[in-house]
Amino acid sequence: MRKLVYGLAAAAALIVAAAQPADAKVLKWSYTGDVNSMDPYALRESFTQSFLLNIYEGLVRYNDKLEQEPTLATGWEILDPTTWRFTLRKGVKFHNGNDFNADDVIFSYRRGADENSPFRGNLHAVKDVVKVDDFTVDVKLNSPYPLLLNDLTAWYMMDKEWAEANGAAAPVDPSKGQDGHASANANGTGPFMLKSRQPDTKTVLVNNPNWWDTPKHNLTEVIFTPISSSATRVAALLSGELDMMRPVPLQDIERVKRTPGLSVLQQPAMRVVFLAMDMESDELKESNVKGKNPLKDIRVRKALYQAINIDAIHKSVMLGRSRPTGVLLAEETKGYDPAVDSRLPFDPEAAKKLLAEAGYPDGFEVGFDCPNDRYVNDERICQAIVPMWARVGVKANLLAQTKGRHFKKMLQPGNSSIFMFGWASLPVMDVSSLFTSVISTRSGKLGGWNPGGYSNKRVDELISLVGQEYDKEKRQAYISEALSLHKADIPHIPLHQQTLAWGVRDGVNVIQAGDEYLRLWYVTIDD
Amino acid sequence: MIAFLVRRLLQSLMVMLSVALIAFSLFTYVGDPVHGMVGEDTSVDERQQLRESLGLTDPFPVQFANFVGRVVQGEFGFSYRNYRPVEELIAQRLPATLELSITAALLALLAAIPMGVYTGLHRDSMLSRFFQTVSLVGISVPTFVTGILLILVFSVMLNWLPSFGRGEVVDIGWWSTGLLTTSGIKALILPSITLGLFQMTLIMRLIRSEMLEVLRTDYIKFARARGLTNRAVNFGHALKNTLVPVITITGLQLGSLIAFAIITETVFQWPGMGLLFIQAVMFADIPVMAAYLVLIAFFFVMINLIVDLLYYVVDPRLRVDRSVAGSAGG
Repeated sequence: MRKLVYGLAAAAALIVAAAQPADAKVLKWSYTGDVNSMDPYALRESFTQSFLLNIYEGLVRYNDKLEQEPTLATGWEILDPTTWRFTLRKGVKFHNGNDFNADDVIFSYRRGADENSPFRGNLHAVKDVVKVDDFTVDVKLNSPYPLLLNDLTAWYMMDKEWAEANGAAAPVDPSKGQDGHASANANGTGPFMLKSRQPDTKTVLVNNPNWWDTPKHNLTEVIFTPISSSATRVAALLSGELDMMRPVPLQDIERVKRTPGLSVLQQPAMRVVFLAMDMESDELKESNVKGKNPLKDIRVRKALYQAINIDAIHKSVMLGRSRPTGVLLAEETKGYDPAVDSRLPFDPEAAKKLLAEAGYPDGFEVGFDCPNDRYVNDERICQAIVPMWARVGVKANLLAQTKGRHFKKMLQPGNSSIFMFGWASLPVMDVSSLFTSVISTRSGKLGGWNPGGYSNKRVDELISLVGQEYDKEKRQAYISEALSLHKADIPHIPLHQQTLAWGVRDGVNVIQAGDEYLRLWYVTIDD
Repeated sequence: MIAFLVRRLLQSLMVMLSVALIAFSLFTYVGDPVHGMVGEDTSVDERQQLRESLGLTDPFPVQFANFVGRVVQGEFGFSYRNYRPVEELIAQRLPATLELSITAALLALLAAIPMGVYTGLHRDSMLSRFFQTVSLVGISVPTFVTGILLILVFSVMLNWLPSFGRGEVVDIGWWSTGLLTTSGIKALILPSITLGLFQMTLIMRLIRSEMLEVLRTDYIKFARARGLTNRAVNFGHALKNTLVPVITITGLQLGSLIAFAIITETVFQWPGMGLLFIQAVMFADIPVMAAYLVLIAFFFVMINLIVDLLYYVVDPRLRVDRSVAGSAGG
């Protein structure tokens, strides 16, 4: 009896010790918005995906250098161009203690790729997933697809038994809503476990002691709070209520840097911001030129390009925190080719001449659409461009509005004449995303973000070759050719790559990645 | 009396329907919710399919009829942002907003009554002028500036109070309260001052002018002639007679405090309905916006109704008129 009491006391002491470790390392951080759902197949919104990657894992993941590495799969081989065989990792346990095996992969495929699932676009290349044995699955493809691994990094594995036991096995259907268990709870295999969640208020994660990988982090708990007001977010960092927050608004970067004990991590983001032009309509909807479309003439597009003083935008609007580009790609994106990344020179005189040659010596009037809450200083960039164009005679009527309205207007072909948007080629981190969505001729699933109607047959051919070529060198040759053809046609005016700015307390070591994912399993806090 | 109530309730219903109708006609301008629901590389066809399954492609009268039909059955639909039932989202946020608004109203009253009485009695003293100046600031400085200034002083410089959030909350049934924990009460101080400042100013000025008015009346002179103490005259007679309009205004202002907590909630990341609404607007989350606007209309209508009923309780003259009119009509 006495032994039992001692045993209980010891156990209680252990529990207390586990609950209140002497060296608790808690990371408190904030972002502008909340994780929208704990369900990994509810939305393909990049912040939600990035947050869930700390709880859930896919077959493959990116490491701190953004290289792919085996995760829940230990290896893979290409059996034939449309069949990939994956060997699964043994001994992996979900947070509730269930084992991870091939049935979970099949279940995750069915749930994520269902016809109504908002997630299915991520698995568009996959025809089926077939179980070979408990730790081997075959992924069947619709056609050869070199980016399968890139796509799989965003597809996180769910536990079949857990989902079924909690009534969350059915795929998400946005039109019927989702009151399911999986939207408020989580059971992954990842380095952190969900401890508590109050939507839009606070989400708490704790270290997963049974994680299959060797932890590089030393965190015991992570407290995430969304703070939408930038000023409040900065104040909370300055007052010491947060260890890390992002993004730091451009105008506050110096203020945060000057504060003792705080620093700002900066690096180029993968997102490139650019202008697109309607070169398809026979007459622009918002212009004083009637009966023809001036933007169909490459001389006009070139003139608009050369009239933009990108250095002035870089210095005055972006406060030096941007990297002007000549292509719609960031250096970090796979397929980037430095040989094509050069801008046409800023030359207002040449621009005037080009306009005169095209038959517009006195310029013309045209509509110009921008978002005002989507990209860094988006509205101010557009406001800076308007007088630059006015100098060569083009009167742009700027309409800057909230992103929901901006995208609704510009994505309808022919609605907007000149419009701003950005592309990050995420989550695949490969040029193919830009190719199929922005540059490809609009047809079927292709060219969804090409409302300007750019179309070049050779570019389309190259894009479809890029989409199926496994050989790296050949693939890069196709990519470079397509990029230079696209560049010569000037359907878009590239502006710049944005800069990430994360405010961090000294002693907190965070890996800042170009894809804006905060990989918590690399975060350490000094003693 | 019952006929009056029924008439008012029917009118309330009409008000809420009109609000819903106006809200819905505005939703064509809020943008495309589908943009936030799918990944950037989603094809045009898939977007269109989603739009159709959400009923966004229906003509406006059909969308409105569907909405009213669902609401009658007690369903407000699902949020596009996280697919959760709208009534559940609002129920989660309601306690935060109500605690903030009521605390703000109480703070405003508690500060405004003594200040108003003082400035009414001592019109030209230094302290009165100081109060008057402060109240000018309260009226003219926008809420977000007050909020940020308070954060700067009390959170960043002095480190006394939190700059965001609600602190620790305790759940009592479905109601989550921040009033039972130290961190919850500390978190409530700055937002409620920010939200209550304008009301405080308003009530203080109201009491001051009412006091000036009442102090000139005959019955105050008679009271003084009877040799009553200053205290009895000022508080027992003068202040008491200023309170009728004060109660009315405070009641009506409570509605606006709830409705206009949006800015304060955004500045302090206060997890209430206002913040929910702002997030819904940014996402073009139509079901949440519709439900919020209808609910706020309901609050206004109900508070107005209660204030109307209070007139009968507070003002004996109205009761007399009413009973005379009633007997004449009967």
